[in-house]
Amino acid sequence: MPKSQHSFTSIRPKGEALVWFTGMGLSVGILLIIGLLGIILKNGLSMFWPDTIYEVQLVEGSTAGPRNGQNFAGAIALERHKRLQEATNAGLTSEFQFFAGNKDAYGQMYHYVDADQIVTDATGEPLFTPASGILQLERIEFGDALGFPLEIQLADGTTITEPEALKAALFKTIEESNERLETYTKIEKKQIGRINSKMESIRLEQRALREELGEAAAETSPQIQELNEQQAALQAQYTELAAEARELRERRHQDSLLLRLATGEERRISFENITQAHFPNEMSLPGKVGFFLKQIWRFMSEAPREANTEGGIFPAIFGTFVMTLLMSLAVMPFGVVAAIYLREYATQGVIVRAVRISVNNLAGVPSIVYGVFGLGFFVYVLGGSIDELFFSHKLPTATFGTGGVLWASLTLALMTVPVVIVATEEALSAVPRGMREAALACGASKWQAIQRIVLPASAPGILTGLILAMARGAGEVAPLMLVGVVKLAPSLPLDGEFPFVHLDRKFMHLGFHIYDLAFQSPDSDAAKPMVFATTLLLIVLVIVLNLSAITIRNHLRKKYKGDTF
Amino acid sequence: MIQAPKTTDSREDFEPFIQIKDNYNFWYGSTQVLFDLNLDIPEKQVTAFIGPSGCGKSTLLRSINRMNDLIEGIQHTGDITIGDQSIYDPSLEVISLRKRIGMVFQKYNPFPKSIYENIVFSLRIAGRNKKSELDEVVERSLRGAALWDEVKDRLHESALSMSGGQMQRLCIARAIANNPEVILMDEPCSALDPIATGKVEELIHELKKDYTIVIVTHNMQQAARVSDRTAFFYLGKLIEYDVTDNIFMKPKNDQTEAYVSGRFG
Ligand SMILES: Nc1ncnc2c1ncn2[C@@H]1O[C@H](COP(=O)(O)OP(=O)(O)O)[C@@H](O)[C@H]1O
Ligand SMILES: [Mg+2]
Repeated sequence: MPKSQHSFTSIRPKGEALVWFTGMGLSVGILLIIGLLGIILKNGLSMFWPDTIYEVQLVEGSTAGPRNGQNFAGAIALERHKRLQEATNAGLTSEFQFFAGNKDAYGQMYHYVDADQIVTDATGEPLFTPASGILQLERIEFGDALGFPLEIQLADGTTITEPEALKAALFKTIEESNERLETYTKIEKKQIGRINSKMESIRLEQRALREELGEAAAETSPQIQELNEQQAALQAQYTELAAEARELRERRHQDSLLLRLATGEERRISFENITQAHFPNEMSLPGKVGFFLKQIWRFMSEAPREANTEGGIFPAIFGTFVMTLLMSLAVMPFGVVAAIYLREYATQGVIVRAVRISVNNLAGVPSIVYGVFGLGFFVYVLGGSIDELFFSHKLPTATFGTGGVLWASLTLALMTVPVVIVATEEALSAVPRGMREAALACGASKWQAIQRIVLPASAPGILTGLILAMARGAGEVAPLMLVGVVKLAPSLPLDGEFPFVHLDRKFMHLGFHIYDLAFQSPDSDAAKPMVFATTLLLIVLVIVLNLSAITIRNHLRKKYKGDTF
Repeated sequence: MIQAPKTTDSREDFEPFIQIKDNYNFWYGSTQVLFDLNLDIPEKQVTAFIGPSGCGKSTLLRSINRMNDLIEGIQHTGDITIGDQSIYDPSLEVISLRKRIGMVFQKYNPFPKSIYENIVFSLRIAGRNKKSELDEVVERSLRGAALWDEVKDRLHESALSMSGGQMQRLCIARAIANNPEVILMDEPCSALDPIATGKVEELIHELKKDYTIVIVTHNMQQAARVSDRTAFFYLGKLIEYDVTDNIFMKPKNDQTEAYVSGRFG
């Protein structure tokens, strides 16, 4: 007895320590995830919050800030300790990063200023007073402008200077100007675009006719004549629309706002350059929240500007979404069919085992390898042949013989197909034997049993595989850079223009967008908040895609499991 | 308890419907599990297979509708005929054979579909989709399985929402939907509680008016209650086969007597 008791007590603490250890492992994991999400959330969301703009007074003789030592206004973007290069008196001092905007006037939007360059209050803290009545303008070019509005000059000659009237006129003019923008974009993109594509097809028709009839005969042929007439009619329409658009453009250009910057100088800004205005220091909390939500929405729904450092990321969200969807459409049937053959029909033996091992190993092949394969096979071989067969009239301009959303989706589908095969095989083998036997005993053929009973019953497991594949595919960047993702795509892969789905188009992708912002951006300070906000959206998109797949799966599970007894 | 009017005729004086003949032997790979079986099963009666676990009852039962074909490396010698046609006849498709034979398994295994779809499965796979015909089959089968009154208001609910006993009766309804000639049952009550078991036994008694039933059972009382004839197997051999009353009251073989009196098994 004493002996066993001894061993009991000596084992117990050991076990407890291990339990504690496993708990620690889990906590570290959870902390890492919370930290990761926390940092991305904070940095990503702070981009949309209207920051207070302070007046910054510099000490006598300072050369810091924009315009070498003049007082300016800006939002505090960062405060951090700075280690001085020369080991002088204190060694450590703080440094502020200000967002002062007005890139056109100051050369850059962000400025670093040492704390000891700023006038301090009685307690020795840097003195910041909110700049009252300051206006923040979001512009199409040169980023935000910060300053005090002086006067509005409209195209019809009226000038408004009285502060209250000016405020009202400011918002009204922005609204009108945005409406004009919308109208002429519609004219230029839709109507003129339609005319252009018609003219292009007429031109191709003419070329084909000339080749067919010979140059001389073509000139007199009635067909060519008619085409020429059509072309002239289109040309007339074009001129009319172009004039209309030009007039609207001109009007937007002529309305202008005069702004006094905090550094003293005055600047005239045309309304064609202004997209939005707000007075950050005069907003109430609900007003700020409303602005915050509106900014998030604009970020998600607008196209990028200024080499992607301004504006929204809608094309990237949409591109990621469409690509992931196309990938799922390609990978599902392919993976499931392959798994059915492997599990249900192939004679289990050495060959099947070898195939299975290869499939498992394919899941571990670095993604860039798939990118190279996609470029070499899909783009050059398949795309090249498609161009030669069906789009030879457009050559040498490549249609499918260059990267595009179709090839990118297929490349990722190939990359994720092992995941689907493995999951499907598992799901198939998890279907109870009794179910298959029941189907066969009812007189079903093997295929009928699989199609009607086994596949539906294993649908939840197959969907789990698809979820994993989607999660891997949506976040992948490296292979996409070879097969069709671009920094800025002129149009979406899915739109209202016939044939609506443009599989040959290049597209934007959130993952690549992050890479582009972080490493290829001309203004890294301006791009930084965008990096976080875009990352946040990528995470949200992956979560949304997964959640919807999980919801479908759970629904199926409920349908097929039921509660026994 | 059910008092079935029992057949009392002796072995030879009936027309056999299913015949296991020519010394039927069966192997899983190189392991022989059935030895030199010869057995005649009468039409529209209940024949029970009894014997200790592992003696080959299920194997023989599953040979009758060739369910064993799913297993790799099986072999057999001898023959099985149903209504004078060999089940191994090369011109006979396994699928059409199975359409003539309904099967009920030890563990109830309804499809993860609605009650209705479970029953019409065998019709749908044969391409019979006419609604009126399907409705009629569903009602007939469910009535045949004594389940109609319980489920007639929820035919389109999932079959998996039923109780175990109901699920097993649904499996029986599914087995008779195609109007088979034979119903094979492999320990149909082993997963059921006594009340559900009673219902299934009652049902078997009803079904034998229209179908030839072969039932494997572990439960001696059940065999005695539901079957007309009983075959006792031991280690893959047929030890004794006779009218049920004879097997239980006056067995000729000592092993049979030891088994039915519960001294081993
Ligand atoms: N699929 C199989 N492969 C190999 N041996 C099997 C298989 N199924 C059953 N057996 C063996 O065949 C013998 C008879 O099994 P079975 O017919 O299931 O017996 P019972 O139904 O009488 O309990 C047993 O020894 C069992 O181990
Ligand atoms: Mg058995």
